[in-house]
Amino acid sequence: MTDHLNRRDFIKAAGAAGALLIGNNSFARATKPPMGRVVVIGGGYAGATAAKYLRMWSLGAIEVIVVEPNKQFVSCPLSNLVLGGSKSINDLTFGYDALKANHGIKWVQDTVTAIDSTAKKVTMLRGELSYDRLVVAPGVDFIYDGLPMLASAEAQSQIPHAWKAGWQTVNLRKQLEAMPDGGVFVMTIPKAPYRCPPGPYERVCQVASYFKAHKPKSKIIVLDANAEIISKKGLFAKVFNETYAGIVDYRPDNVITGVDVATKTITTDFDKIKAEVLNVIPPQRAGKIAQIANLTESDYPWCDVNFLTYESKLVPSVHVLGDSVAAGLPKSAHMASNQAKVCANAIVQLMAGQAPDPAPVFANTCYSYVTAKSAMHVANVYRYDEGKKIMVSAEGGGVSMSPSEKEGEYAAAWAQNIWADTLT
Amino acid sequence: MKKLHTFWFISVLLITSVCLPTIGNATEVSVFSAEQNTHIRALAASCAACHGTLGNSVGNNSATDTSSANAVLAGIDPAEFTNKMLGFKDGSRKATVMHHHARGLNVDEINQLAVHFSQQKRVTKSPVKSEILKAEHD
Repeated sequence: MTDHLNRRDFIKAAGAAGALLIGNNSFARATKPPMGRVVVIGGGYAGATAAKYLRMWSLGAIEVIVVEPNKQFVSCPLSNLVLGGSKSINDLTFGYDALKANHGIKWVQDTVTAIDSTAKKVTMLRGELSYDRLVVAPGVDFIYDGLPMLASAEAQSQIPHAWKAGWQTVNLRKQLEAMPDGGVFVMTIPKAPYRCPPGPYERVCQVASYFKAHKPKSKIIVLDANAEIISKKGLFAKVFNETYAGIVDYRPDNVITGVDVATKTITTDFDKIKAEVLNVIPPQRAGKIAQIANLTESDYPWCDVNFLTYESKLVPSVHVLGDSVAAGLPKSAHMASNQAKVCANAIVQLMAGQAPDPAPVFANTCYSYVTAKSAMHVANVYRYDEGKKIMVSAEGGGVSMSPSEKEGEYAAAWAQNIWADTLT
Repeated sequence: MKKLHTFWFISVLLITSVCLPTIGNATEVSVFSAEQNTHIRALAASCAACHGTLGNSVGNNSATDTSSANAVLAGIDPAEFTNKMLGFKDGSRKATVMHHHARGLNVDEINQLAVHFSQQKRVTKSPVKSEILKAEHD
């Protein structure tokens, strides 16, 4: 008990002095960094990019500590190609060592359990961290309220979502490989907004591409809770109807009401469908830590932010990035990266007592592969609208005329560059 | 106001050069005012998803090789950058993707991006090395 109290008092004192204590490791420092400390929760596209650019643009004057539970970064972009068979998950898996070393970023592998925004303190399973500003980039969390039978890890080993790249992606590919020719693959798409608007439709193309080459008698039934294809609609519809005619059966306005895990049978308002392989992409909301930290309101599952700084509208000095942000913008990796840069830029200004850029502008390019080699894009510039106080798309954006192998090469180069930008 | 910004910018340089002399590849030279610099560096950073951090695209080894899609922008001749972007913008130059970006930017932004990228040092960047996915990952 005495030990516990002493330890707690020490943490308090250390926090006040600006020192850091993590379990048995101490990153205590003699002097406060020139501009203070930012703790970043999450090492995905948004969090890792924010950490890097905070260090770059503060010229090292801001101390940056990232808290991330995973040892490795696995890219969601391109992970549908693992299902198509043209990529391995190991092509999309990276470490954080270069990022840490190149930019002097401190790193803690741990899970955040609580945020005290009054004391400006983050609690993890194995320690605590004090911060001057906090960046929360936890990605998405899945909502199983309507599908409780899919909440367990055991159920997900039978019916993976594969909507966070990793072992579930590998599992789904193995199930597709094991499926006999003539089988039915059923995929469900939740109501928007969800992570990566074109992602489900790209996934359909990738699985169709595999079936066409290796299991031509097989079918794909797509149950979309949305009224229509919600991204690159004309392009995807054409690919479904032409390239994959006879394979893809796309059904809009199909909300699933139940799943029988043992028989892989899915129920909708209209139908009962038995699948050989079943992929349910659940509805989504802001990541768990955003919920714990009260960054969402009870009636809306995403985080409202100021688009000049990405500071939460609910909790001061806490910035939210990436898929958790409530924005009428696609939840894409490039968007996460852009938000991270605008946020890093603003934090550097704010911590120096300066006003942030009043008119941020950024661009988004999003590619989807429709075969192993062909891709198509949607690209837009977004600029801050002073009246609406949100990012709106500028005139002149648009989509490909048609998918092409040339764009497949561009997409591969996009991946190489955003990985290098995020992780080195 | 402008004086204050300039003062701040210089003082950050001084502070950091004393406290942390090396921080990897974080060097960024600029002729803009601090305010312009702050705005344009974030816009320019948005291009990094395709053209690399500070315009150093992965897999392109020459600063003059702008023929391929994911062109190196670091060290580019500013006139070349501006001409190409204005060509994408008005449709006189054929594009697969870039017209969708160039049309969304104004001429002032294109000119500032030209100066920004022309001043970046060319660094040869290799693709990030991938790893075997570990069992402990989700």
